[in-house]
Amino acid sequence: MGRVAESRTANYDKIGGITPFTTEMTPVSRGFLGRRPTTDKAARLPPGQYETRDFPVLSAGPTPRTLLEKWDFTLLGTTGQSAHWTWKEFLALPRETIKTDIHCVTKWSKFGTAWEGVAIDTILADAAKRGVEPAPYVMARCDGGYTANVPLADLMGGKAWVAFIYEGAPLAPEHGGPARLLVPHLYFWKSAKWVRELRMMEQDAPGFWESLGYHIYGDPWREQRYAGDE
Amino acid sequence: MTSIGGTPRVAWRLATVIDNVPETPRTRTLLLDVPEWPGHRAGQHVDVRLTAEDGYQTERSYSIASPPEDAHLALTVERLEDGEVSPYLVNELRAGDKLELRGPIGGYFVWDLPLGGPLLLVAGGSGIVPLMAMLRHRNAALANADVEARHRVPARLLYSSRRWDEVIYRDELARLATNDPTLEVTHTLTREAPDDWKGFRRRIDRMMLAEVAWPASERSRDFVCGPTLLVEAVAAALVDLGHHADLVKTERFGPTGA
Repeated sequence: MGRVAESRTANYDKIGGITPFTTEMTPVSRGFLGRRPTTDKAARLPPGQYETRDFPVLSAGPTPRTLLEKWDFTLLGTTGQSAHWTWKEFLALPRETIKTDIHCVTKWSKFGTAWEGVAIDTILADAAKRGVEPAPYVMARCDGGYTANVPLADLMGGKAWVAFIYEGAPLAPEHGGPARLLVPHLYFWKSAKWVRELRMMEQDAPGFWESLGYHIYGDPWREQRYAGDE
Repeated sequence: MTSIGGTPRVAWRLATVIDNVPETPRTRTLLLDVPEWPGHRAGQHVDVRLTAEDGYQTERSYSIASPPEDAHLALTVERLEDGEVSPYLVNELRAGDKLELRGPIGGYFVWDLPLGGPLLLVAGGSGIVPLMAMLRHRNAALANADVEARHRVPARLLYSSRRWDEVIYRDELARLATNDPTLEVTHTLTREAPDDWKGFRRRIDRMMLAEVAWPASERSRDFVCGPTLLVEAVAAALVDLGHHADLVKTERFGPTGA
């Protein structure tokens, strides 16, 4: 079954004392049949999304190449405290396996992707030992200059990871390797590729796409694609 | 969660199809009349939404082919055989039909005249579409300019197609290049070439870019659009040739752009 078309109640002026009781439906596209997903899949598809089995690559510029010897990960507090991990130290942190659906703002969703990574909870706990205090918002910063903002609450409670294994193999550079943020409950642009730093912020601030017309939060289930979407 | 600064919603609009024009055996251009279109920049795209009789809906994104100067909006769509939406847009839609869309979308993969040049455009297949909007805009914006102004924004296009009859906008590109000494158009054909073909006949590689692209010292603005493999290879090669990564902008047309 497909989902029901969005309906909007139109505003009508009273005409001749009669108030028409009508709803304005999105018009039917003449001759469009469509390919409906099965019921179980439809339930997993946020509005406006369709399933793909590929893993499309989307990035705004060239893929950065960072040598693992030069890779490190930083958590920055709001008052200058910071915690750092080398690649080796990072891999020594407890890791988790994740199986999740992902949703790209360009409309594709991919079901049941398998990842391995370190939970942000784990990173925060390790950083707390080094005096880094949490703050309500986080900016992810990446090789190549990409940034993405996420509220801290969305990174905690087993909802987000720094992932470095995809489907059993090291994450490929074009998909964000050596490591990317994984926040699968938000549109996938929030799962910043080539992530190197999480910076705590007292106030929310837009990252790269959020400054270019995309939604500040990006919940696929509320179809928050672009700035102005509710 | 609200957006910053009360940005207005990108509204859905009901466009009317004016024409559905064949470009190549697999691509067509939809010419649309969009009421209250707010205008766009070359390189941006729109979201298209289709609704079946039972209310089922699906959405896809398509690059805008027309320059901001045109009165009507043009979308060039490639028909993907297993696609849900593109066969409908290419084969079914005809003049008078309605099409729901919203946009313009995307503020990064854009170029307009004030951004300057030189301009390097590298396309694979239907990845030409947003780049064509840039070339059309450049041509329209320079229509009354003197030669000197043209020389300040010289442009080069390197365009990879499988076969000669799959080259989208082939005649228009030839015409633009013939009439404009500051535009160079170079084709490469990867599968099949006419017998008398003297141009490149391989995938775009570093050596081809070294020959066709601007030298790194020119600090050209590079726009690369096509399938992932092409985009990855071209962007990496340009950086390797010394182009500054911040000046290389990419957009991908994956096989899922159905």
